[in-house]
Amino acid sequence: MEPFTRLSSRAAPLPQANVDTDIILPARFLLITEKRGLGQYAFYEWRKGGDFVLDQPRWQGALVLVAGDNFGCGSSREHAPWALHDLGIRCIVAPGFGEIFRANMLRNGMLPVTLIEADWRKVMGAAELGEPVTVDLLSGLIMLANGSNFEFALPEDEREALLNGWDEIDGIRARFGEAITAFETRQRVTAPWLWEHEKEPTDG
Amino acid sequence: MAQTLYEKLWQAHVVADEGQGMALLYIDRMLLHEVSSPQAFAGLRDRGLKPRRTKPYLAVADHAVPTRQRLQIKDERALAQVELLAANCEEVGFEYLALDDLRQGIVHVIGPELGFTLPGVTLVCGDSHSATHGAFGALAFGIGTSEIECVLATQVLRQKPLKTMRVTIDGVMPEGVSAKDVVLNLIGQLGASGAVGYALEYAGSAVRAMSMEARMTLCNMTIEAGARIGLVAPDATTIAYLAGRPRVPDPLPAKKWLALASDEHAAFDRELALEASQIAPMVSWGTSPDQVVPVSGTVPTGAGVQQLEYMGLSAGDKLAGLPIDRVFIGSCTNGRIEDLRAAAAVVGTNRVAPSVGAIVVPGSGQVRAQAESEGLDQVFIQAGFEWRLPGCSLCVAMNDDRLAPGERCASTSNRNFEGRQGIGARTHLMSPAMAAAAAIRGHIVDVRELLV
Repeated sequence: MEPFTRLSSRAAPLPQANVDTDIILPARFLLITEKRGLGQYAFYEWRKGGDFVLDQPRWQGALVLVAGDNFGCGSSREHAPWALHDLGIRCIVAPGFGEIFRANMLRNGMLPVTLIEADWRKVMGAAELGEPVTVDLLSGLIMLANGSNFEFALPEDEREALLNGWDEIDGIRARFGEAITAFETRQRVTAPWLWEHEKEPTDG
Repeated sequence: MAQTLYEKLWQAHVVADEGQGMALLYIDRMLLHEVSSPQAFAGLRDRGLKPRRTKPYLAVADHAVPTRQRLQIKDERALAQVELLAANCEEVGFEYLALDDLRQGIVHVIGPELGFTLPGVTLVCGDSHSATHGAFGALAFGIGTSEIECVLATQVLRQKPLKTMRVTIDGVMPEGVSAKDVVLNLIGQLGASGAVGYALEYAGSAVRAMSMEARMTLCNMTIEAGARIGLVAPDATTIAYLAGRPRVPDPLPAKKWLALASDEHAAFDRELALEASQIAPMVSWGTSPDQVVPVSGTVPTGAGVQQLEYMGLSAGDKLAGLPIDRVFIGSCTNGRIEDLRAAAAVVGTNRVAPSVGAIVVPGSGQVRAQAESEGLDQVFIQAGFEWRLPGCSLCVAMNDDRLAPGERCASTSNRNFEGRQGIGARTHLMSPAMAAAAAIRGHIVDVRELLV
């Protein structure tokens, strides 16, 4: 996974609440079995008019999206963050996120920033003006061109994984292989019906 | 210390505590479908890994499957996706139910039917409606494709414990009111993000009185309030449903399963109470599942301009009397036998209004066969409904079932999002009985008017 440390860019404003994953990536494009190249289908219906925020010159190449509350609610499709990543989005700032969407972002090196309403409004204001926004994960700050800073919190494990670009599966296999095997050995005794007709698990 | 059902399920599956509230959780079961799994299999292959286990998996195609006939998929991409699932399962040795298998159907319908879903297990699927399986007292939640890959490779997921919320529903549901109305009412109260960060447990006398099918409807839509998990404690109803099904251990460990129930004095982070007798048939008016009113209600003032424009409605409009073009009865929310019985009871000897195109899509091959053995298919067909083959169909419109722009649909599915049933399609969520009533009258109507 590509590490996330710090970036500066214009931020595209998308203030509507409850923008669901069907809007971010309509279901008919889920027939695609690749992760890459989905950006062209992101916000497909909303982009038809040609004046969607990400298509306006002011926000071309934005790496940050400032979105409304509960962004990414709805379905678990990881195609939604894949599509946004393909468009170049690396950070989304919102008052809140759909839980599965947020988890999917983190696993693709994308930073979800949750801000309290008052701070979010100020960042949204800067986004609407097309001013540059700096997101610094090391210091946990969002910095605006007018010098104002907003702190954001991220659980330490998520922060470390993003900063280092850690691969979750490699990490689990390296650190917890024995613990997983020990759990399985115990469960064969405590819940044998979950292990009927099954040989010993293989590690990889 | 007294524990909740959620806490018991959690504790029984912690493989390692990573600190800061993060734990490695063992995953006992995973359901796979064609849409969210291809990139996970590809990722595993790129790593040069094989799945850690093969038995705890069950795969089925549902999202992209046509429902008029299913053995010749005309959409090339849908065909390729379904064939890829079969090939991936064959390669690693997972059980895959082919399209000509009677047991085939929507993941969240067949899991419980086949005894794949059991109390006390952790169960995941790359699908947000995995909360359905919580109706059995399983810790079940939807995950993304990266997490699917992680489960395949390691059989664990990194998770943080959620806060707990108990929703106590007491009293008796009035005639014409179902679990769908209860959950729509709840989502309306909580809001689309009101339960983010929580695991919900449904309790109370109304829930105890519900069948497993009704409990599944309740748990299924928990995600529409933002929570990934909805639970019901196993009881005699759960045991009776599971007894004798394939994959269910014999004798079944009833004592262990019943002991999963929340302890009497267990503390929840949040409590909410609903009185079932006060709940009316519900209808959604907007493009988010929390935008619901009783069928006697009106579109609220203060509704968003974008939603009203999309839905072709104005603030103050009455829901009852609103003409509809299409009716969809089915989905992982309401595609089970009890749902079809409820709809058929309303249909009776009536006929679908001439202006309405109506379809019934059973949730699985077994549901379809059961309905046919009860003659429900004939009730629907004689009334003018199309009797289809199982699949997700118009709930997600990934196959060839979709609405034309501007068409208005009375739907038993779970999401009224913009474009969900087709570009520009207008969805009104409701119960199977309400959808059947709308089909007959040609407009949204309080089903209780037809039950008199």
